[in-house]
Amino acid sequence: MTKETLVPVLGVVTDVRVDTPDVKTFRVNALEGGKCFEHKPGQCAMLSIPGVGEAMFSITSSPTNKEFMEFSIKKCGCLTEWLHRMEVGQQITVRGPYGNAFPVDTDLKGQSLLFVAGGIGLAPLRSVINYVRDNRADYGKVAIVYGSRSKDDLVDYPEIVNEWCQEAGIDVYLTIDAAQEGWDGHVGFVPNYVGELGFNPDTYGRALVCGPPIMIKFTLQALEKLGFGHTQVYTTMELRMKCGVGKCGRCNIGHKYVCKDGPVFRYDELGELPDEY
Amino acid sequence: MMRKFAAAKVEDIIKSIPMPVYAPIEENGLVQYDRYEEGAKLNLDTCKTEKSPKDVLFPQWEDMMHFRVEGKNISLTEQERCSQDYVLFGARACDLKAFEVLDRVFLVDPVDTYYAARRAHGITVAIACGQPEDTCFCGVFGIDPANPTADVVLWKAGEEYYAEAQTKRGEELMANWETEEANAADVEPVKAEITKKLAEKPFANLSLKGLDGDHMMEMFGSDKWKKLSMACLGCGSCTFVCPTCQCYDIRDYDSGKDIQRYRCWDSCMYSDFTLMAHGTNRPTQVERYRQRFMHKLCYYPANNEGLYSCVGCGRCVRKCPMNLNIVKVIKALGEENK
Amino acid sequence: MIANELKKRALELLADGTVARVLGWQPGELEHDWSPALFENAKDMEGFVYGKYAGANLSKYCLKLNKAEGKTLVMLKPCDTFSFNQLLHEHRLNRENFYIIGVGCKGMEDQNGLLLKCTCCKGKTHEIYDEIIDDEEARQPMPEADRFEQVSKLEQMSHEERFEFWRNELSRCIRCNACRNVCPACTCVKCVFDNPNSGIASKANVTDFEENMFHIIRAYHVAGRCTDCGECSRVCPQNIPLHLLNRKFIKDMNELYGDYQAGVGEEERTPMTSYTLGDVEPGIVHERGNE
Repeated sequence: MTKETLVPVLGVVTDVRVDTPDVKTFRVNALEGGKCFEHKPGQCAMLSIPGVGEAMFSITSSPTNKEFMEFSIKKCGCLTEWLHRMEVGQQITVRGPYGNAFPVDTDLKGQSLLFVAGGIGLAPLRSVINYVRDNRADYGKVAIVYGSRSKDDLVDYPEIVNEWCQEAGIDVYLTIDAAQEGWDGHVGFVPNYVGELGFNPDTYGRALVCGPPIMIKFTLQALEKLGFGHTQVYTTMELRMKCGVGKCGRCNIGHKYVCKDGPVFRYDELGELPDEY
Repeated sequence: MMRKFAAAKVEDIIKSIPMPVYAPIEENGLVQYDRYEEGAKLNLDTCKTEKSPKDVLFPQWEDMMHFRVEGKNISLTEQERCSQDYVLFGARACDLKAFEVLDRVFLVDPVDTYYAARRAHGITVAIACGQPEDTCFCGVFGIDPANPTADVVLWKAGEEYYAEAQTKRGEELMANWETEEANAADVEPVKAEITKKLAEKPFANLSLKGLDGDHMMEMFGSDKWKKLSMACLGCGSCTFVCPTCQCYDIRDYDSGKDIQRYRCWDSCMYSDFTLMAHGTNRPTQVERYRQRFMHKLCYYPANNEGLYSCVGCGRCVRKCPMNLNIVKVIKALGEENK
Repeated sequence: MIANELKKRALELLADGTVARVLGWQPGELEHDWSPALFENAKDMEGFVYGKYAGANLSKYCLKLNKAEGKTLVMLKPCDTFSFNQLLHEHRLNRENFYIIGVGCKGMEDQNGLLLKCTCCKGKTHEIYDEIIDDEEARQPMPEADRFEQVSKLEQMSHEERFEFWRNELSRCIRCNACRNVCPACTCVKCVFDNPNSGIASKANVTDFEENMFHIIRAYHVAGRCTDCGECSRVCPQNIPLHLLNRKFIKDMNELYGDYQAGVGEEERTPMTSYTLGDVEPGIVHERGNE
């Protein structure tokens, strides 16, 4: 973890990949090479451009990647617009890692895993997926349902098609919201697709869900219908954050701070919190 | 060991302290904690300063670091942490208890080093509250205004201050004061008087029953929040005079020469507090108002073995422009205040 | 007692469906800590009070209630009606959404006695109302202080003295925004100081001069629209005499464009929004500044 709370270290952008019209993935290294710090799958970091702003982003690369960290960032506000203008060589400030993580070494270990992601919601799950791929023997089957508005909005498309889809023991199900030319895959919303695919909670012991709030809401309902218990489902949350260490008060929901006690919550834990997220 | 000195000598004692002293100073008719300087009008008899002394540990505005941006390159210089001992003179039991509340935020892992440095270098001299005000209800939170927790405690008895060091640092500080031996028993009637006075105050018997972490959903879901918050202006008066409110914002300021990253007080009462690019999870003042009191009476105690993050200082009672305050919330939501 | 009459009338208007709710005051836990409150039925109205601690100006709350279903009965003291009327002039409120009872006022107090704003009472005339409920005593004029007395004193100071005066007063600002949030003339949907994209959005600030600018910009922004209701100074937790900034503007406008009181009468062109050939030239600023 960065040594001082609130004081960042410097990082440098070493690669920029255009994923979709509004998502870019940035590779970040420490100035002296290597990573700024180690993290666990699902954790986040505060990135900033001094004078523009600072915000929390999930670290989309897997901790098993020993060379660099990656952040997939959707352009949606003042800071992210600036970040999207970054070129290779741009320095940024980084602090973290913040938050808990998906329990890859405990509750998820030995389980077959169902990943459900919508849009940019793939970013935190990608860290887990690649972690699982790199520790394949520790986990059972893997199924990934991923959807977005259109074919062009699928993040990390080349990696999904060229790596995930080619790997034995991983089933990938892609879907887009509306039919379009050049797409012969499934069309329809993610929650419905999850229902149609009829995943068995006895086979897939744990489900990990991330996406827009509305997609999460309906996916949780779909999983419930399939018989998934609340203790079998994990999701990850996003709220306004400033400090990242549970002190500035912004992301406080009930007695939890999303930046510190989250962002990963088990569905039954969410049920115990006031509905204010 | 109890010592005493003439009340008229207190300013001399303050002047003799060889380090910065923060004390209640009267200016423009307001009594506020400020750095004591020769000629300042010291006022140790006012029970409640306008703002709490939390500024001393957690200033409203604080320079944290500076960045220089040149082309694609960034360089960073951290601001020095507090490295000089200082004395906070004249603090009251409630305000000192509030420091404990703040400690449980800033000193838990990962430690806030800006706060920690100021906390470590501060020596506290407390005064027992001779004249509790109508808006005081510290006793409700188990705070004894006759026995503050500090390095040195003062009790005013007639025209004399009785002083007792409670820590080694307090002893060291007092070692340089001109005092004479005193009988600890002489202070007992003063303490008894304080206890009696506080018990007669209008909010002395507030009950907190039903207000804690175990009642989160009932409290949160109460239909009373709408009426309670109706008159709320969404200003930050209550949060800024409160000794325990510690929400903050981190912002950058472009001075033209460099970028200054500073921290300043923020308020959960503000509409932009939780605002993100895609909206806010607390869209109206009802939710913001609820958050402030839920945090003090439910969320904080849930995380801190039942310790409330209200110390009953009553500043919000005195300062809210529309007279909304935590007492009204406690009365409305508590089980035994009907 | 006016309070009983008000309550009776409000209950009638609620009962016959003329209004859906009543905006008034409710008592607090101490003697003097009354708050604005909404009453939606007869049972609610049991908690209604009116008297010397009803100092809060209810006009600003009407903004929130302007889109509520059904009419709102709002109780306005004479000076509050200036604010309400000004909001009508600015098309911030729809007259038909409110039933106004002009309430008599004998001067309002807090625990420290008569409110500062009441020492320069604007009189006992309601600018706008559907009906008036008052009594003989409430119609008696208040002792009238010269509201520009302090402004004149400030004007007589040297530049340096005046600058120091305001630097000192404004140095106490804690940026709680109470003055802005209570101000019936501050009706921007999103204040520039709350807009992260404005470049000047801030809380406590890096340079204290920017803090000062908050108040000066606010004073400029409400110039010509400020009715001098005095709420800004009443609510300031740091006792900053903010009303003096507004009164300086009012005094200047009176001197340069003729006497004008915002919130009076029918909607009309205001000194700040109308131009005549007789208007002073911009150079007046320079001349007056060198006085």
